[in-house]
Amino acid sequence: MADTILVVVEQREGKLNRVSWETLVAGQMLAAETGWALEAAVVGAGVSSIASEIAGKKVGKIYDIECSALESYTPDAFSAVLKQVLESKQPRLVLMPHTYQVRDFIPKLATAMGRTVISDCIGFRKDGEKLLFTRQMFQGKFAADVSFTCDAPWFVTFQSGAFRGDQVEAGASAAPVETVNVEVSADAIRTKPQPPFKEAKQAVDLTQAEVIVSVGRGIKEQKNIDLAKQLADALSGEIAASRPICDSGWLPMDRQIGSSGQTVSPKLYLALGISGAIQHIVGMKGARSVVAVNKDREAPIFEIADVAVVANLFDVVPPLVEEIKKAKG
Amino acid sequence: MKILVCMKQVPQKDAPLKLNESGTWIRDDVSYEVNEPDAYALEEALRQKEKHGGEVVVITAGPPRAQQVLREALAKGADRAIHLEDNAFVGLDAFSTARAFAAAIKDEQFDLICTGLQSDDYGFAQTGVILAELLRWPHATIIMQIEKTDAGIKVKRELEAGYFQFVDMPLPAVLTIQSGINKLRYATLIGIKQAKNKPLRKVALAKVQQAIGSNLQKIERMYIPQKTKKTEYLEGPPAEIAKKLVDKLRNEIRVL
Repeated sequence: MADTILVVVEQREGKLNRVSWETLVAGQMLAAETGWALEAAVVGAGVSSIASEIAGKKVGKIYDIECSALESYTPDAFSAVLKQVLESKQPRLVLMPHTYQVRDFIPKLATAMGRTVISDCIGFRKDGEKLLFTRQMFQGKFAADVSFTCDAPWFVTFQSGAFRGDQVEAGASAAPVETVNVEVSADAIRTKPQPPFKEAKQAVDLTQAEVIVSVGRGIKEQKNIDLAKQLADALSGEIAASRPICDSGWLPMDRQIGSSGQTVSPKLYLALGISGAIQHIVGMKGARSVVAVNKDREAPIFEIADVAVVANLFDVVPPLVEEIKKAKG
Repeated sequence: MKILVCMKQVPQKDAPLKLNESGTWIRDDVSYEVNEPDAYALEEALRQKEKHGGEVVVITAGPPRAQQVLREALAKGADRAIHLEDNAFVGLDAFSTARAFAAAIKDEQFDLICTGLQSDDYGFAQTGVILAELLRWPHATIIMQIEKTDAGIKVKRELEAGYFQFVDMPLPAVLTIQSGINKLRYATLIGIKQAKNKPLRKVALAKVQQAIGSNLQKIERMYIPQKTKKTEYLEGPPAEIAKKLVDKLRNEIRVL
């Protein structure tokens, strides 16, 4: 077992997923904290250009892991290839971003190796010799420091936005790239994926909106959506929603904010009756200002709000609309 | 199709939660409900059964109170239930939970296992995938549609940023189901009555203890997260809040 941290970056169709920079930052910080060596790996078919892209950063070595079976993503192939690589390189810590793709294969990979994944982490710290990873629990109402009670390799995934990708340290010179060719037999791949597609052209691009009024379960009934629309209109903003609202068909899917919807960073994000589940927060925490209205003082959305209005939204929104209209003259 | 649905009981969404004395879990004197994505997994299993015939079996692991989740599932149309009954199951990590399920169903032959994509308490998003690997079955996650084909099934996976993907796969398989895949049904009065006579098999901890082994990860400490942002709280009469908020929107946030 080598004292090594291995960051596995994510690529899709030959392009680096930018969230990988955040994981690399986490790796650089962990390397500084532990004194362990930092290495990175890119996994795919014909992905050497991504390996070179990472080689400019402060990292000891890059593995360009190539396998023709990795052209399109399948959990069987990704897991089989990485298992071979990890068994031969034996890193102590394996880091990946907590993307939908990683979620799809990392539990399988860890299980195949008799190990575990501490998933969706937002930070880490060292407690004596013990490494603790912080993750959210109960939809963000609590945080927990979690340790491994098994042997390495230890698998950790980090939540999008937990580290700042623009803080990635550049290297003094380009890191060496080692090409690793791996074989996977075709019959080991049991699922046949078709190319990704978009359901319909998105009618609204919420990413460009300056003001977003977003509704959650607290809106109670479909007919109450109109109240939120009045507020959005008064602020010349767009209306959006958390997932349950779109699942119920109260607003179209293309107005959904969160991990399965759009990621936005408006000047103002006004959340009405949104509790603030992690899957929603990742889609809006980049907002410059967050105003949240919720009757529950303990709602996790208040953790990231600049202004927390502890009140029933049905009491507050009507006078607010009136005041805004007055202010605009 | 013979389908197993893995379900979990979690605290109600708006239940006020408090830490226990050792600061490692919540105090359990709260109201519980079914984990939301699991309800969609059950609904999808029932719809598949209605289309193709077969059986829907529901399984959960937890203390006696968790039986409520199984009763509701039986009332909605599941045929029978398996309850791994012990308070100790609450403290298992995803690996141990999956191993307990695998042990409890070792004499069954399912074509399909559906789970919710993650739970509202731990939020591991792992148990279904681990179970697939333990059974050596293929899997697919975050599923928004299931269609039976000659060779197995075709499923629609949700990807990020509004993308989807169809995947063909053989059976048996494990799928983790996304909320919103379908419209949930309510239990009927007749369903609730019938549920009382449907078989519910209890599995004691001792039966699966050996298969579970020990947890591979441990919660050292749970706590209320530290704020990273300075939050200003507005409370009081709605008219006053509205005035203060408009002042902020104009002078601080500058959107008016």
